Amino acid sequence: MSTLDGKTPAGPIKDKWTSYKDKVNLVNPANKRNIDVIVVGTGLAGGSAAATLAEQGYNVKAFCYQDSPRRAHSIAAQGGINAAKNYQGDGDSIYRLFYDTVKGGDYRSREANVHRLAEVSTNIIDQCVAQGVPFARDYGGLLDNRSFGGVLVSRTFYAKGQTGQQLLLGAYSAMNRQIARGKIQMFNRHEMLDIVVIDGKARGIIARNLVTGEIERHSAHAVVLGTGGYGNVFYLSTNAMGSNVTAGWKAHKRGAYFANPCYTQIHPTCIPRSGDYQSKLTLMSESLRNDGRIWVPAKKEDAQAIRDGQLKPTEIKEEDRDYYLERRYPAFGNLVPRDVASRAAKERCDEGYGVNATGEAVYLDFAAAIIRYGKEQATIKGENDASEARIKELGKEIVKAKYGNLFDMYKQIAADNPYETPMMIYPAVHYTMGGIWVDYNLMTTIPGCYAIGEANFSDHGANRLGASALMQGLADGYFVLPYTIGDYLSSDIRTGKISTDSNEFEEAEKNVRERIEKLVSNKGTQSVDYYHRKLGNIMWNKCGMARTEKGLKEAIQEISELRNDFWKNVSVPGGANELNQELEKAGRVADFLELGELFAKDALDRNESCGGHFREEYVEKSGEQQGEALRDDKNFAYVAAWEYTGVPSEAKLHKEQLEFNDIELKQRSYK
Amino acid sequence: MNDMKLNLKVWRQQGPQEKGRMVDYQIDGISEHMSFLEMMDVLNQKLIGSGEQPIAFDHDCREGICGSCSMFINGEAHGPVKGTTTCQLHMRSFKDGDTIYIEPFRANAFPVIKDLVIDRSAFDRIQHSGGYISVNTSGNTQDANATPIAKEHADLAMDAATCIGCGACVATCKNSSAMLFVGAKISQYALLPQGQVEAKDRAQNMVAQMDAEGFGNCTNTGACEVECPKGISLTNIARMNREFLGGSLTK
Repeated sequence: MSTLDGKTPAGPIKDKWTSYKDKVNLVNPANKRNIDVIVVGTGLAGGSAAATLAEQGYNVKAFCYQDSPRRAHSIAAQGGINAAKNYQGDGDSIYRLFYDTVKGGDYRSREANVHRLAEVSTNIIDQCVAQGVPFARDYGGLLDNRSFGGVLVSRTFYAKGQTGQQLLLGAYSAMNRQIARGKIQMFNRHEMLDIVVIDGKARGIIARNLVTGEIERHSAHAVVLGTGGYGNVFYLSTNAMGSNVTAGWKAHKRGAYFANPCYTQIHPTCIPRSGDYQSKLTLMSESLRNDGRIWVPAKKEDAQAIRDGQLKPTEIKEEDRDYYLERRYPAFGNLVPRDVASRAAKERCDEGYGVNATGEAVYLDFAAAIIRYGKEQATIKGENDASEARIKELGKEIVKAKYGNLFDMYKQIAADNPYETPMMIYPAVHYTMGGIWVDYNLMTTIPGCYAIGEANFSDHGANRLGASALMQGLADGYFVLPYTIGDYLSSDIRTGKISTDSNEFEEAEKNVRERIEKLVSNKGTQSVDYYHRKLGNIMWNKCGMARTEKGLKEAIQEISELRNDFWKNVSVPGGANELNQELEKAGRVADFLELGELFAKDALDRNESCGGHFREEYVEKSGEQQGEALRDDKNFAYVAAWEYTGVPSEAKLHKEQLEFNDIELKQRSYK
Repeated sequence: MNDMKLNLKVWRQQGPQEKGRMVDYQIDGISEHMSFLEMMDVLNQKLIGSGEQPIAFDHDCREGICGSCSMFINGEAHGPVKGTTTCQLHMRSFKDGDTIYIEPFRANAFPVIKDLVIDRSAFDRIQHSGGYISVNTSGNTQDANATPIAKEHADLAMDAATCIGCGACVATCKNSSAMLFVGAKISQYALLPQGQVEAKDRAQNMVAQMDAEGFGNCTNTGACEVECPKGISLTNIARMNREFLGGSLTK
């Protein structure tokens, strides 16, 4: 086992990024024209990086598996984006955003990266407004904010419940400007299937044209992965159907260490599953917790009656309700961080208080908010003796203006009216804090290969706070990578065009072709989905919200067996040289079947509970914090970065020791 | 809650150059809680099980926001429910024994790639021609609150920007016009102070590219607005025409 160097610059944390930028090597504009950069993925991170690098003068080749870069899954982010603007004058600052993020991540992120993120957060909002992103505004024409979990200020900027969409369309528009200039060459419906490493440096990729099936070689002086998270290893998640780990996993197999794979975010407010046919889960934005109150019946018999359809939630009296987050965490109430809220919901449902047919749901109730807003509106309008019905009517208008599209979405999926009866919600896999290990430069352990956004591991520790994913994606792509990549490329100005005729390209292409050939000629008996569902079951039951040593050991064994079965018995209809969606899925599931094993191994190795990683053996046994996660800073305040050795569960561990010079390590309390 | 039995008539087309045709499939055991695409998943699993090729269709987020899904269901883009994408359409909108026709979005500018998958890259090319504000992503722009924007304008810009680029407007229009899509983008920028600098060129260039792609003209039927899953308003087309006309008179 070796230790890893995060290459954090020296000096006080406030000055690190500034002094880094002052001293970093630059590439002159004339030389940038001779340098090619490949960007894989066009979400907030990849899209913003591609646009900015092209704007700086590099020749960019961008790839996405969707039919347009505008469809990357960043588009589905709902609630908002954080920035330390302190427009509300409520005590926010760069330091506080930094502090909240490190604490929210349960002290498992790299301080210097998080501080840099907080520093550039304010630029993001300025940039997006200049690009024409229509953020929500108040009547004075200035930007509006709301609150998200785990913080005590309002620093979240939003565009209705479609913030991710608007930010992505902003990055897409910046890309379009560069595509029009010929500085970005865009490859839609292309999937990266291997990374090519020459003389120890990332020099290109092998990609499959998903329309024709053609296997293509693309060379460059650096390769940037903005390929998102791997939540779909659980089969059911809030990720898009196509979201996958393939690009990251291929890089891992070529030498990029994979960090903290077990850190997964289970988001507390998703629409519960309704049947075995379920193909994905839908998130209800965390912003709803600004106004929604979470509860279950206080009496088990009431919960049973609800499950049997004999009682309606609106019939349960106030004193018979258990607002368990407000009860357990009076300081943060319904706005505790996601990991805490999810575990609390699971705890209540496991105890028998769940409120839908499967017993896996809790209520998110807007009745109190509707009355509160209604009274406020009645006062503003001078209707001092408004009836209760009138107050409700006025209140509903406000709630509709704030969350209308989310309520509509809920209505569409659950066939229930959340204005009249509480929503039913349950936790679901949403985001992966783990990912490819990167240093302060966002470079992986393969020189010249970078990972940005959700694809890397760096900023969120063991738990991500709401509205921080969009912030990180755009920070990495617009403002961090464009500096750090220049430092590396400055030594490449004399290299010239990289040839794709080398043995390394030959070998990588051959591997890709052989694997595709194996999949389409296997002619087994089970579909790809069959294996994906089975994998998802193992992951959810044994690597989900609560993990044990026994369960994790079983998971490693079961996933390994399932993988063997997959390669023997999977059936992929159709051919290699055509649009073949089953073949695309098969390749992705094959990689998930390897990642899942490493995931379980990492969770087994980490003998502590922190953030989204909760080991049943490691909980506070008594005192005020009884039942909360028990971290072990003495032995586990490190990043676990795994090196591929041939078998996922036999990966070699490298540690990056985390140092906390500016924030005191202490128990995370939201009480 | 009874499971449904359905007769499906689905467009199958092996490739862009091949001839396509409607093919009949019977399917049962469909729950009313399934989404339309989950029903398609069930059918595809059945086809794979019997050694047939599954039906290709575009889909990704399954939350109604990415704009990938694009089926023409019983003669309507995204099916019978208003304000809804195909992925958010649920089987409770159908009943046992129904016959459902499933076709790709059809337009000359949207050629079929395979089965229900179409090529919408024409939309991207229209955006390349002017769907942006020319500001460098340096982070050195002015403070976000330096220019107040009237809430009404910000809200209208947001309403226009909510377009998901699915192409339902084109598929629905008897002329295969893309004016709702283009009008929405032009409107978003026309309503914001940041978009003013390039407003004239933007409208001219985007309209020219729209014509070059082979989309038809607008004859004010309004079908696009009715079928748009995001409720993009026809007033955006009026605003586009105003911007276009204003630009061509003063240039």
